[in-house]
Amino acid sequence: MTALVEMIDIDKTFPGVKALGKARFTLEAGEVHALMGENGAGKSTLMKILAGVYTRDGGEIRLDGKPVEIASPREAQDLGIGIIHQELALMADLTAAQNIFIGREPRKAAGLLLDEAALNAKAQAIFDAMNLKLDPRTMVGNLTIARQQMVEIAKALSYRSRVLIMDEPTAALNDAEIAELFSIIEGLKAEGVGIVYISHKMDELKRIADRVTVMRDGEYVGTVPAAETPIDTIITMMVGRTLSNEGAEIPDNAGAPVALEVRNMTRGREIRDVSFSVKKGEILGLAGLMGAGRTEVARAVFGADPVESGEVLVFGKSIAISNPRDAVKAGIGYLSEDRKQFGLATGLDVRNNIALASIERFTGPAGIINDNAMRETAQTYIRQLAIKTPSDTQEARLLSGGNQQKVVVAKWLLRDCDILIFDEPTRGIDVGAKAEIYRLLNALAAQGKAIIVISSELPEILRLSHRIAVMCEGRLTGILPGGAAQEEIMRLATQRQSAVAEAPNARVTA
Amino acid sequence: MTDTVNATRKPGLLAGIMTSGAYHKLLAFSGLLALLVVFSLASPNFLQTANIIAILQATSVNGVLAVAATIVIITGGIDLSVGTLMTFCAVMAGVVLTFMGLPLPLGIAGAILTGMAGGLVNGVVIAKLKVPPFIATLGMMLIAKGLSLVVSGTKPIYFNSTPGFSELARGSLLGSVIPQLPVPNGVLILFLVAIAVSFVLANTALGRYTFALGSNEEAVRLSGVNIDRWKIAVYVLAGGVVGVAGLLIASRLNSAQPALGQGYELDAIAAVVIGGTSLSGGRGTVLGTLIGALIISVLANGLRILSVAQEWQTVVTGCIIILAVYADILRRRKL
Repeated sequence: MTALVEMIDIDKTFPGVKALGKARFTLEAGEVHALMGENGAGKSTLMKILAGVYTRDGGEIRLDGKPVEIASPREAQDLGIGIIHQELALMADLTAAQNIFIGREPRKAAGLLLDEAALNAKAQAIFDAMNLKLDPRTMVGNLTIARQQMVEIAKALSYRSRVLIMDEPTAALNDAEIAELFSIIEGLKAEGVGIVYISHKMDELKRIADRVTVMRDGEYVGTVPAAETPIDTIITMMVGRTLSNEGAEIPDNAGAPVALEVRNMTRGREIRDVSFSVKKGEILGLAGLMGAGRTEVARAVFGADPVESGEVLVFGKSIAISNPRDAVKAGIGYLSEDRKQFGLATGLDVRNNIALASIERFTGPAGIINDNAMRETAQTYIRQLAIKTPSDTQEARLLSGGNQQKVVVAKWLLRDCDILIFDEPTRGIDVGAKAEIYRLLNALAAQGKAIIVISSELPEILRLSHRIAVMCEGRLTGILPGGAAQEEIMRLATQRQSAVAEAPNARVTA
Repeated sequence: MTDTVNATRKPGLLAGIMTSGAYHKLLAFSGLLALLVVFSLASPNFLQTANIIAILQATSVNGVLAVAATIVIITGGIDLSVGTLMTFCAVMAGVVLTFMGLPLPLGIAGAILTGMAGGLVNGVVIAKLKVPPFIATLGMMLIAKGLSLVVSGTKPIYFNSTPGFSELARGSLLGSVIPQLPVPNGVLILFLVAIAVSFVLANTALGRYTFALGSNEEAVRLSGVNIDRWKIAVYVLAGGVVGVAGLLIASRLNSAQPALGQGYELDAIAAVVIGGTSLSGGRGTVLGTLIGALIISVLANGLRILSVAQEWQTVVTGCIIILAVYADILRRRKL
């Protein structure tokens, strides 16, 4: 029997990054096939190739044993391949029915006019078949995320899809909604639809998947049956690589004062009762999978987003932080994930970027900026942090990623920040520059700064962290000592609420 | 079936109205009513039939232009070229009718086709060359302005050789049937254009994609729709409507004034914004835009009757624009 879909030796390179190398995947009709791997393992890329969103650089795709070319989303749809994207691709200002049939609206009056009645009836028929109670005339923007997802599924079904790809479909759903989704998936499976299920959640696999394929670094690792394979085996397949040979040197900072303490921080489903602390001179790694709530916590500590409850203490003193200004005053600096968008004024020169948060320091009584003082300070930091730039008047956008990162670091150092939060500090930075950033972080810790590093790359967390806090779905699932096993981190990172109670190993408090 | 309807409308009628965008229209409409009440109390001359007709007539050109701008703004774009493109359409009508001496229907077609051609260029530059709409239509604004002066030889073109032309906007078909209601044709044309465009937006694929593009362009692309083609079609439609505005203004002045036009685009965009169309796209109505355009001309007319200087009318219009958008922001914050 030929497989429904065969993807053989698929290659894909994005500018500067090899996303897929000889990746493989097969899907049978009527199975739920989970696709797993760490962040950046290439799962979404592989499936976007199948759905015609990206085109492959090499390899072959077969549908029912016959080679096919899938050059666009439309061609994928015509072949019966539907995808539900991780970020839902819906139009909020259109109704559910209008969304489902976008581009294929039933017409009347010789094709000139849209037939809204037929449109709604067709959508209703699909909802009925899915056993879903939803008015097709509802604006999608007024629906919950879960319901929007149902609309996406209905849309995929409306193409008579034989292959349905779901990218992290339960990321934003609660348990009841997940149950509803799973019953719909069971129904589709019974009708012979092949379903690709991308997820990080181990417990879901056991419930829904027939087979699991694991990817790592853009490559195929293996395919195992979901029911018989222990979760530990799957985790080992995902992590795979031998433990990083360069662990963190953990200084003895038992006597150091606590620089930052966060108590019971809560906001909706994103941040749930998170408590942790960082000592002076310590690097705390914040690990977790995409969407675990790490950036949300960091932004909340920094005052960039509001919280519902919780307390932030800086050197033992409770402080009220309602906006970034308060945080900066308290000595907290946040280096965001997206440097270009949030951290750096790319059009300004290096000197002004370094001074950006401390302009008052360089202005006289009349508000005139003392350029000489600013230049000297900037040049001091350029030397100190070894920022590679022809001069302090170079535009920041012309610097490499690593050096841009250093400019942002300089900005916060100048502002006398004792607590620095680095969100994905090496994203988009090449290997050589990474090592330099690591050295810089270690040096800053040695000088007595308290540092929080958020990273999706486990080796990076292991290499830097003196302690490792792990998050999953908005909760802090555990705090591990530096140099903990990757498997242990992955276990905490995938420990969903239902599983917490029966996990004896988890050390849930700091 | 009834169950599901009730379930989805649970937030209550008020919330339903607020989210549907009807709230903003309601707000704009009550604003218009309030202005009418205030001005009629302040001056007995305001609520005269002749004055009301004058207000409507004064709204016709800006109203039609604003309808064109509405279509584009719903896609999340902007059209700065409507003012000068309107003038170029008027000039081209002059070329066909006065310079070439061709019959009236060809002049009308000439103006509308010129507008559509301008819209086509806008659309292609935006969709194919990926130039942002602001820049593309800013360019078109200057191109149309310059071409108007070049083609006309910088002098007004009069339509004295085509006697029917000034009747287009100034005559009154309605008045010849019902003498008590001498509503000029220009006003009828405004309403006809508004109804036609509303219909297109609500009932045709072009209308559906207009909203879809403004709502989430990437989602439309991922749905396999040829977004470039529809984007171009949107600008062509808007251009055609601009052509109608060109005919209206030329007919009212019985001439094509090549130096006119710049600044009209801002009045049009102001009407769109006051009418509750979101500049970020995805939401908007032609009815709201009509109300917005009426608010602007009622203000101008009422303040003039109260002998407020024209300079101050402009100041008040500016305040109204900011207030209208602020009201919309307040509404969103509440939700």
